[in-house]
This record gives sequence, structure tokens and C-alpha cells, in this order.
Amino acid sequence: MELIFVAAAIMMGLGGLGAAIGVGLLGGKLIEGSARQPELAPRLQGTFFLAAGLVDAIPIIGVGIAMYLIFVVAA
Amino acid sequence: MAGDTLTVKGYIQHHLTNLTYGKLPAGYERVDYETGEQIVLTEDTWTFAHGGEEAAAMGFNAVHVDSLAWSFGLGLVFCWLFRRVAVKASSGVPAGMVNFFEIIVEFVDQNVKDIFHGRNPLVAPMALTVFVWVFLMNLMDLVPVDVVPELMLLLGVPYQKIVPSTDPNITLGMAVGVFFLMLYYNIKVKGFGFVKELTLTPFKHPVFIPLNLFMEVVGFLAKPFSLGLRLFGNMYAGEMIFILIAALFSGGIGWMLAAGLMQIGWAIFHILVITLQAFIFMVLTIVYLSQAHEDH
Repeated sequence: MELIFVAAAIMMGLGGLGAAIGVGLLGGKLIEGSARQPELAPRLQGTFFLAAGLVDAIPIIGVGIAMYLIFVVAA
Repeated sequence: MAGDTLTVKGYIQHHLTNLTYGKLPAGYERVDYETGEQIVLTEDTWTFAHGGEEAAAMGFNAVHVDSLAWSFGLGLVFCWLFRRVAVKASSGVPAGMVNFFEIIVEFVDQNVKDIFHGRNPLVAPMALTVFVWVFLMNLMDLVPVDVVPELMLLLGVPYQKIVPSTDPNITLGMAVGVFFLMLYYNIKVKGFGFVKELTLTPFKHPVFIPLNLFMEVVGFLAKPFSLGLRLFGNMYAGEMIFILIAALFSGGIGWMLAAGLMQIGWAIFHILVITLQAFIFMVLTIVYLSQAHEDH
């Protein structure tokens, strides 16, 4: 039963790690892109939010499942 | 549940249970809700489920009444609001509500123009419907988690989940709708070319037909699946966190203050999430339909 907590921790930790790297790269490229072509900045921002939302979904889902495991399955 | 002691686990499970109406099979043993007696059903009965076990016993013959009612209700709210504004619109300077709705319509229209390159007058209105409807369904997440279920409990309704997009039946149902549109337009626009696309990409040689077919079909089926599950997963996780924070209110005065602050913080962050998810659902719908219209 204790392994559930380890599973939840791995789920949240690795999911967060991957998404953090992804969003970090994405934000860096957004700044780079809008510094090179400032007139494209608004359009890039829209695409950025779309991609960030796609990336963001995975860790959030992971956190939800992990919370469910900790507070409902293990409780 | 009245009478039972309230535990955190029970509280969370109560909040995650849909109001289910369905057919209980003959011979099923259940506790009569009004008298509290153990009874055995003599024939198949259509009734509301009291608890997850009864809902599971109903199997396929069950509908989630709350998800259906709230999603249809919100769809009607969308139609009513937009109609009310649309009849007021004029070529002059817009004011108030009209202004706000024009921003939404123009925003969706711009997105469709950027992404969708085919010729189809139905895509932009559909994108608007998808965006506003999903947004309204997600918006129910910001209603405090206890208000509606507790009011419904007073009225004698045992369960109520007010966020339709935390029900996989609703999100996957919408995704299946998008899937059928994809199929329809793929066949309508490409005709036999659709078969070619499934069998001769990415490797253009007859030997690779089985491999190509397998890869393309899996990719094609994965689109609606991920579309529905993404929305469901995000909203379910968000709702779960709202419920867990609400469960902290039982921990004494110190926890209550902390939980109140956390609730506000998460709600503010969630305003971004619900808008973003509605936007993503809309954009992906347009992208998939755009791919269906690309005839080479």
C-alpha cells in the first residue's frame, strides 16, 4: 500500500519535470522568435499558448490521478 | 449522506459520483431509499442509482442525467445569449454586450481563417459553438464545489456533478462527433484519395500497404481519443484539486483560512486553464477538419 505514495510521487515528479523542460524550451524560443521578428510577436504568442496548453495537460492529468491515488485509493 | 458519518473519502467519492438513471436487473438486492429496508427487485426496474455500486450494476443501460442536463442547459444558454445579441447587432458602433460578443466572434473567425484553408461555411460557426460551449461547461468548475450538490441534497437528489466536462462521456462524445465530421469530409473532399492517403503514406510502395494502413488508422483513431481525454483529464484533475482543498475545511480554523486562500488561488489559476482548454479543443477541431479538406 505504501508503494502507492511512491507511485504518486513519481507520477507528479516526472510529469512536472518533463513539462517544465518543455515549457522552458518553448518560452525561450518564443522570446528568441519575437526578438528576431517583433512584428510577429502577437501571432507567436497565440501559438505559444496553444502549445503550452498541450504540454500543460499531461502533468495536470498526472497530478489529478496522483491526488486520487493518495487521497481516495490509499485512504 | 444523511445519517452516515462523513469521512473525507466518502465526501470525495460523493462529489465524484454522477446522478445516474438506468435499468437495474431483476434479482438485484438494494436498500429501499425511503424505508431503509433490504428489498430484492422482482423485475427489471428503471430508477435512479443510489451510489456507485448500483450504477455499476446498471451496466450499459444507464445515463448520467446531471451531465446531460447541465450540458444541454448550457448549450441553450449559449444559443439564447448569442441570439439575443445577434438581433441587436447593427452596422453602427457596438456597445456593451454586443461589443463583447463581437470580440469573441472575431477572435474565433480569425483563428479559423489562420488555420483552415479549405472552403466550408460550416466550420467557423461550429468552431464558435465548440469554443463557447466547452468554455461554459468548464466555467461550471468555478462554482464552489459544495453549493449545487448540497442544495440538490436538500431537494432529495442524492448526487449532482455540475461540471459536464469532468464526465468522460460528454468529452468523448463531443470528440466522437468531431471524428464523424472528419470521416465525412475526408470522404466527401478526397473521395478515393482518402483510401490512397490511408494506404500509401508515408511509404509510397504497394509492399508497405499493411504497415501504412496500420499506422494511419491508429493515428486517425488516436486524434478524437486524445482530443476528448485531454479536456476530460484537465477538468477532472482541476475539479479533484478543488474538492481536496474543500476537504481541508474540516481540519479546524487554521486549515480553514489556508484552504480558503488555496481555493481562491487555484480558482484564479483555473480561469486560465478553462479558457485555454476550450481554446485548444476549438483549435484542434479546426486543425483536424482542415486536414480532412486538404486534397492533393
